[in-house]
Amino acid sequence: MVETILVKVLDVKQLGTFSVLYRILARDIKVALRRQSDVTAVFFFFIIAASLFPLGSGADPKLLSAMAPSVLWVTALLSCMLSLSRMYASDHADGTLEQIMMSNQPTVLIVLMKILAHWVLSSLPLVFVAPLIGIQFNLGSAELQTLAVSLLMGTLALSLIGSIGAALTLGIRGTGVLIAILVLPLYIPVLVFGAGAVNAVSIGMSPNGALSLLGAVLAMAIVFAPLASAAALKIALE
Amino acid sequence: MGFLASNHVLTADNLVGVRGERLLFEKLSFELTNGTVLYLQGANGTGKTTLLRTICGLSRPYKGSVSWNSENIDGLAEEYYRHVLYIGHLPGIKEDLTALENLQFSLALTGTQFNFSQATKVLETLGLAKGLNLPTRMLSQGQKRRVVLARLWLQDLPLWVLDEPFTALDANATNMLKQKIEAFANAGGIVVMTTHQEVTMNVPKFEQLRLDA
Repeated sequence: MVETILVKVLDVKQLGTFSVLYRILARDIKVALRRQSDVTAVFFFFIIAASLFPLGSGADPKLLSAMAPSVLWVTALLSCMLSLSRMYASDHADGTLEQIMMSNQPTVLIVLMKILAHWVLSSLPLVFVAPLIGIQFNLGSAELQTLAVSLLMGTLALSLIGSIGAALTLGIRGTGVLIAILVLPLYIPVLVFGAGAVNAVSIGMSPNGALSLLGAVLAMAIVFAPLASAAALKIALE
Repeated sequence: MGFLASNHVLTADNLVGVRGERLLFEKLSFELTNGTVLYLQGANGTGKTTLLRTICGLSRPYKGSVSWNSENIDGLAEEYYRHVLYIGHLPGIKEDLTALENLQFSLALTGTQFNFSQATKVLETLGLAKGLNLPTRMLSQGQKRRVVLARLWLQDLPLWVLDEPFTALDANATNMLKQKIEAFANAGGIVVMTTHQEVTMNVPKFEQLRLDA
């Protein structure tokens, strides 16, 4: 019985592209849930850092609501960046990245899945909790809604752009600061339009202009970031 | 079974391997057809792993080319990876996942459907019956290695590139792996492997290549 299994060629079936991509997404999420400290650290960093501002700036409701969009956006941006260096590092260290590059699916799509996993794990929770924190800043319901929408779109762009930085710095020591230097300038448009949308609502204007521009940045990032990241990963593995 | 039935050729044409500033090998050419086991030898640092990675398309050769069925592997890209199974130095498994979860993911990357009962059976045969539901971080080096090698039993790819497959294995597992490689080559598979152990294999074509000669 042992012998037959050892020598026999087993009957195998092929999977379609979507099931492969789903498996990649599911694996990243599963690994992260087994090791929750990484994910929860980002979440609590965001809550604590954002809550420090009202404590430090006194109880002037006008001042608070005026600075809320920028404070919440900058904090979300920094939280997103906290986890960037881990995006590919563990896969690189344990050899999974080699296997990923040797998959029969296009690397660009696989990279996109890894970016999505990063977004779901480290940014999506922030989108849900940000309106709650916004209440501390005396934001009205219209502002809170716009904040959630702008974060939903913006953080995905942050993960996409950040992926390029994470891939470029793979295998280099002390990546944290280097990623920040590479990626922060590229985050500026996302921050400007994201916080701009909420600011527009608070002065009684429509957020649509800023949101459309944010959407444009997101669309560009979806197209180019996976391509750039895949190319950078290929170089990192050589 | 489909892949093994058809004819395949792996060709290396005038490969030159360079690592940093150092020349590892030059003008390396070979042609491997169905049923061949190519056994790379050489001291540490002579470029065995570099050559294997070049064959896999993970490293680009400094000069020369690698072709699969007379098409350059650069051009084939993902199409080539429908045919190659690479097991390198690094395990390529996640320590937080169990053996079965890891296998499921490894198989998915090459588009192979995961068959739970087959995988369980293979892992049990490889002596991992007790560790099936443990995170692989709890397993010993040799056991982790067996989890990685279990792919050889579960995937249907005609070219195996194995970097030191016998490392950390005990006599029993070494024997099973050797038998599997022989069976695979006899069924028409192509194997390129490195090892520091002396092995002789009972296969249609057994070739040796010394990189430090």
